[in-house]
Parts: sequence; structure tokens; C-alpha cells
Amino acid sequence: MATPLIRIPILQIEDFLVASIQVALHDRSAVQFRDDLLQRIHETKAKGLIIDLTAVDIVDSFIGRLIGDVAEMAALMGTRVVVSGLQPAVAITLTELGLELPGIITALNLEKGISTLRRLTREEEGEG
Amino acid sequence: MSERTLLVRSDLDIVSARVEGRDMAKALGFGTIDQARIATAISELTRNIVLYAGEGIVTLRPVERGNKKGIEVVCEDHGPGIEDVNLVMQDGYSTSRGLGMGLPGAKRLMDEFEIESQVGKGTRVTARKWLR
Repeated sequence: MATPLIRIPILQIEDFLVASIQVALHDRSAVQFRDDLLQRIHETKAKGLIIDLTAVDIVDSFIGRLIGDVAEMAALMGTRVVVSGLQPAVAITLTELGLELPGIITALNLEKGISTLRRLTREEEGEG
Repeated sequence: MSERTLLVRSDLDIVSARVEGRDMAKALGFGTIDQARIATAISELTRNIVLYAGEGIVTLRPVERGNKKGIEVVCEDHGPGIEDVNLVMQDGYSTSRGLGMGLPGAKRLMDEFEIESQVGKGTRVTARKWLR
């Protein structure tokens, strides 16, 4: 049974990539999303990536871990990741599940996410 | 509201099951956060079916006990079964893709949680959440 994969659009704004999840992702689409993100980071040499979860009402352990993996892998490639727009119910269920996503930088919304990324990448350039 | 039984055998069915569960929870009067808890627990439990048993069924039904009302989620499969139920209920334990939070995580999201399992025969997990 072949099921169509859902592809999440990944947009580029200046040096950053932005991907907003607007649909319920099944596991294979989520894995595709991870691979697409890493590929785009590689192609664009983006300094930062924002994964926007404003429209996501459920994050289970599979998706939660996958987001954690993306942040870790992107960091290996030199790209900072910010997760924005986590709904209160999502934050609560993630914690109750036991998935605390250490090392994930979060922002209240997309706009704050971009300013967080700007600050982080500026600091790094300053250090360099 | 009547009970719903769904076949679970792929990651698409996981999404359908949690959408149905959330809709039923909402119709029963659960708030947004409990709806998310119930849907997330269904996601964890049905993923276990797909990962370990290949296929199974999930039944969602409204339940009443005394003057309490709630929702019951029953996940059944004829998979390999669980040898040591206490072990899989420990945080961090996993035999599969290293998630290790499926069952204990689902338990924390729900109010009541029971596992019946027989090696070689299958597993039934029953979870309930009550309206407050």
C-alpha cells in the first residue's frame, strides 16, 4: 500500500530557513521532513532554522524525538535550531511523556524565533 | 455517542486513531489539554501495535462509573506479547527504536492504565481518562 508522503515547505528568509508544520504528520512524512531539512541546510548553508509548531496540536514521542534529532544533527552542521509556537497542551504532554528535549531553544512565536536566531548567530560571529 | 473500532497497521492509522480519539474526547467535554493527553496516549499505544505486532485494533468508547464519565481506549494485538510487563513500564526501557517512553509515557497521560499480555498470544492495553 503506497501512501503519498506529505512534504513540508521549507522557506528561506535571509540566512535562515523556516518550516511551519500545518498538518498531522505520519511517521514516514516526519522522517522525510527531517531529511529534507538537513538537505536544505546543506544546500543553503543556512545559519539558522526555525521549526514552527503553532498549528500543531499533538507532538508524540516519535515526532518529539525527531525534532530533537534535527536540532542535534543541524548543530553538527553548524546550524542553530529554534522551535517556535509550542501550544500549552503540547508543552504539557511532552513533559508528561518524559520528553524534555534538552538543548532545544524555543521561542513563543515565529517573530521571536527569528530575533532569537539573529541574536545567537550574531553572538557566534562576534566570537569568531 | 457510540464506540469506534479501528484497524491499526500503519503509521497512517496512528494518525486516524488519534484524530478519532481527540474528536470523541472533545464531544465528551474534555478540555484542550486533556484532549491532547488522550490523543498523544493513543498515538503512543497504537505506535506500539505497529512496531511490535504489525497490526491490531483500537477501540474508543465513552465510559461511566458511578457519576464519573470518561473515555476508554483499548489497544489489542496478537503480537509477540510482553514477557515482563513491569520492565516495559520502566522509564527509558525500549526494545525497539529506542523511544522507551511509549507505555510509561502513555500511562502518565491517562488516569487508569492496565496491561494484559501473554507471550506468543498478544497484548491488551486498557487506558481511561475521567472528566473532572
